Amino acid sequence: MPPFAARGAAVTLRDVSKAFGEHRVLRGIDLDIPPGEFVAVVGRSGCGKSTLLRLLAGLDDPTSGTIEIDERRGDRSEAVRLMFQEPRLLPWQRVAANVAVGLAHAQTRRERHNLAEEALLQVGLAGRELHWPMVLSGGQKQRVALARALVSHPGLLLLDEPLGALDALTRIEMQDLIESVWQDKGFTAIVVTHDVSEAVALADRILLLEQGQIALDVEIDLPRPRHRGDAAAAEIEGRVLDRLLRR
Amino acid sequence: MRRALPWLIPVLLVAAWQLAAMLGLLSAQVLPAPTDVAAAGWELARSGTLWTNIEISAWRAMVGFAIGGGIGFALGIMNGLSPVSETLTDSTLQMLRNIPHLALIPLVILWFGIGEEAKVFLVALGVFFPIYLNTQHGVRSVDPHLLEMGRAYGMSNAAMFWHVVLPGALPSIFVGLRYGLGIMWLTLIVAETIAATSGIGYMAMNAREFMQVNVVVLSILVYAVLGKLADSVARLLERNALKWNPTYAKV
Repeated sequence: MPPFAARGAAVTLRDVSKAFGEHRVLRGIDLDIPPGEFVAVVGRSGCGKSTLLRLLAGLDDPTSGTIEIDERRGDRSEAVRLMFQEPRLLPWQRVAANVAVGLAHAQTRRERHNLAEEALLQVGLAGRELHWPMVLSGGQKQRVALARALVSHPGLLLLDEPLGALDALTRIEMQDLIESVWQDKGFTAIVVTHDVSEAVALADRILLLEQGQIALDVEIDLPRPRHRGDAAAAEIEGRVLDRLLRR
Repeated sequence: MRRALPWLIPVLLVAAWQLAAMLGLLSAQVLPAPTDVAAAGWELARSGTLWTNIEISAWRAMVGFAIGGGIGFALGIMNGLSPVSETLTDSTLQMLRNIPHLALIPLVILWFGIGEEAKVFLVALGVFFPIYLNTQHGVRSVDPHLLEMGRAYGMSNAAMFWHVVLPGALPSIFVGLRYGLGIMWLTLIVAETIAATSGIGYMAMNAREFMQVNVVVLSILVYAVLGKLADSVARLLERNALKWNPTYAKV
């Protein structure tokens, strides 16, 4: 468990279902996530994991059931932040301005600049405030996106396959970055990923979604920092994969 | 050296033209020598007639552009953002677009006479459609990923418009701007040729009456220079506004 658990948001889902017309994507999900936990959601394409994240982010409403974040329903604003698979930076604004997009409520110019600077420092991009997004690499853009998600100090950070578009080495660096930021800030994190080894490397808990329901809920009690190639990690990964692939 | 190369062909053409005129291959009644045209230009500049006419033509063009472009821009934004507005007005506008505006000239003369209103109206009408279409297209084709990001990050509608929609639509808007500028000059030239008592087109028609071919050629060149100037200003604005875009960074 991270040292600053009190700063994360508690997430509660009760009987959450989501249907798009006739197609039922999520069926009666019940879930309790304590503050500061790092949860990974894995599953095949179409199992509903991205939909679940969008519901949590407030981009969509459940067909039935309730979602409470820190015991509040409805408008989440700065408490919840979402990171997409693409960086989704505004190409016509410089890096610092892009990070400041995450500061929804008006601050003074000085405050906005300082907070953006601090966030960029944390993701390892200090000094890049005035660059245009177009000069950054894919990994750097994702780091700006991470800074944007963190700048308002959210209690819940949602990550929708954020590393899928990166090369393998950059992916590992980003995983380390996300883990260290999470340990420092103590927010609750939910990452959706198709990569089970990534889930094992990052999360305290893995949820396997299958046809809109939670088919597996595994605690990962390995010490951090986790080493890839560790036997215990591999065992968990194998277990989850077997269930995922129904072997 | 590279900067000079694009001018190579035009310079050679003008030189060939001068040579042909001097050798008597080109009759002065068909196409006067460049030196002849330059001399006519010098005369008109000295007497002030050239500048008065340019001023009047430019004024008509700009006012017409401001009116037609302004309305086109506003409607383009509205119809790009609001499905209701688009359903109500777009079909009507598309029907009107298919009427070649230059064909309306006789009607316009009947309505407005040959005063300034007629010319400004025609320019405004011609400029309206490229600007309307491209603005609407620009607004519609803003990256939906960015719109979703804006929503997820709690941007107000106003913030979404100023920070996501409008900047995203700018490349298209500039295309409309440059098209509109071309049509502006085209419309002006025709309008001034048919129904005017001042301006460059009038100067050309007047010269035709008196067989002053050099003045006619001069008028054409003046139009070309003005057109090129307007386009250059537009390109400068475009480069400046779009400097974040890799495609425009090196243009």
